[in-house]
Amino acid sequence: MRDKLDVKGITKGFVTDKGPLEVIRKIDFSVADGEFVAVVGPSGCGKTTLLNIIAGFDLPDAGQVTVDGAAMHAPSPRGIVISQQGSVFPWLTVRGNLMFGLNGRADGRTIADHYAALVGLKGFEQAYPHELSGGMLKRVEVARALVVKPEILYMDEPLAALDALTRFRMRIELLRILSEERRTSLLVTHDVEEAIHMADRVVVLSARPTSIQATYRVPFAHPRKLGSPEVLGLKETILRELGL
Amino acid sequence: MTVRLAQTLGRAVPPLALVALLLGVWWVVVVESESVIFPTPWQVVTGTLEIAHQGTLWAHIGSSLFRVGSGFLLATALAIPLGLVMGWVAGAYRTLNPILQILRPISPIAWIPLAILWFGVGDVSPIFLIFLSSLFPTVVQTTAGVHTIERQYLRAAENFGVSRYKLFRQVVIPAVLPQIIVGMRISLGVAWLVVVAAEMIALKSGLGYLIMDSRNAGNRYDLVIAAMAIIGLIGLMLDSAMRRLEMLKIVRWRYAR
Repeated sequence: MRDKLDVKGITKGFVTDKGPLEVIRKIDFSVADGEFVAVVGPSGCGKTTLLNIIAGFDLPDAGQVTVDGAAMHAPSPRGIVISQQGSVFPWLTVRGNLMFGLNGRADGRTIADHYAALVGLKGFEQAYPHELSGGMLKRVEVARALVVKPEILYMDEPLAALDALTRFRMRIELLRILSEERRTSLLVTHDVEEAIHMADRVVVLSARPTSIQATYRVPFAHPRKLGSPEVLGLKETILRELGL
Repeated sequence: MTVRLAQTLGRAVPPLALVALLLGVWWVVVVESESVIFPTPWQVVTGTLEIAHQGTLWAHIGSSLFRVGSGFLLATALAIPLGLVMGWVAGAYRTLNPILQILRPISPIAWIPLAILWFGVGDVSPIFLIFLSSLFPTVVQTTAGVHTIERQYLRAAENFGVSRYKLFRQVVIPAVLPQIIVGMRISLGVAWLVVVAAEMIALKSGLGYLIMDSRNAGNRYDLVIAAMAIIGLIGLMLDSAMRRLEMLKIVRWRYAR
C-alpha cells in the first residue's frame, strides 16, 4: 500500500536555562494509507513533541513531514489531533462542537447528528460538555474530528485521563468506530497494551534524545484477545525493549 | 417542597434576626440618649414615606439610575472591545497597559474638579465619572480573560482551519465571557459607589444630592439615613441582576464544575 504519511529525519531540540537540550534525534518512519501505527516510549521521551511536529503545530530543526508526498508546515483539517486533556469546547453543545469544523455547511446539522450517533451519543446532541462523563467527552472529540473527514487521525495519549474501565471500553469503541470510518491513524502512548490492542504496527522509541529503537508488526486479527499467549509474548518483548 | 421551603426560611432567620437586633439597639440608644437630631428607625420610615408620597424620592432614584446606566453602558461598550484587543494583540497590550495602569488607581473623586471644568454641573459630569470608574475593571478582566484562554482550545480551532471571524465568535469571546461578566459586575458596583459621591457636589437631583440636601436644609437626618438605606438596597439589587448573567447557558460551563 502507498504511504500516506512520511516522517523523514526529524530532529528537534530546545534551548533551556541549562543549555541546549536535544529531544528528538533523526526519526524516520512512514504510515501507509489506512494503517494504524502506534508510537510507544518512556515518559518524557519527546513523544508529544514528535506528534506536534508531525501534525504541523511545531517545526523540526531538521527533517520533514510529508502527507501524500507534499510537505506539511502547518496544521490543517486533513489531520486532526485528539489529545489527552481534550479540547471539546465547553461553551458549545455536543452538536455545536460537532458542527464547529464544518464552516456553516447547509447540511452541517445532519452530518453532525450522523457522527453523534456513530460514536453512541444519540440523544445527547443538545447537551453541554459539563453534563457529560469523561468517556462521553472523548466520544464527542472523536466525532468532532471525524466530521471533517480528516485523512489522518493523530492521537496523543487520547485515553490517558480516563479511569481504567472507561479506557478499556473506549479502546474497543475507537476500534469499532475506525472499522466503520477507516482513517490513517497515528497513536502516541506509553501504554504498551493499548498499542498492541489497537495498532497494526508498533514503533518503540528510546529515552531522550529519542530515536526509533525497534518496530513490531502486530499480526493478530481483530477482535484481539489480550490474554492470548501471542499477545502477551509481544507485550513482553516490547516491554523488554523499553527496559522493563 | 415543604422541606425545601422550611430550609430556605430557616436560612433566612439568622440574618433577619441580626437586622432586627441592630434596629432594636439603634432605637433604644436614640430613645435613651434623648437625641433631638438623630432619628429613630420609625422616623426614618415615616420620612421615607413622606418623600415617596411627594414623588421626589422616585425622581432622585431615577436620576441616579439614569446616570449609572449611561456611564456604565458607555464604559462597557468601550471596555469589552478594548480588553479583547489588548488581550489578543501583544503590541496593543504593551502600548496601552502602562497608561491604563497609571490612570486606574486615580480615584474618580479626584476627577471631580476636572469634570466640572470640562462638563459643568449637569448630568454629563457624573456620567463621565461613572464612565471612568467602570471602564477599568472590565478592561482588566477582559484582557486577563483572553490571556488565560486554555491553549488546547486555540489549537483545536487552528487545527480545524476556521476563519478569524469564527475563531473570535465561537472560541475567543465565549471563552472570555465569564471573565467579562465578572468585570461588568465589579464595574457596576464601582459605578453605583461613585454616582453618590459625584452627586454630592453640585447637582439638583439624585440620591447623593438627597443626602447632602437633607443635611443642609434643616438637619433632616431621617432622610439622610433613608437615602443611605435605599442606596444599599439598590446596590444589592443591581448586583443580583448582574449575578443573573452568570446563570446564562453560554457561561454555565465556567461555574458548573
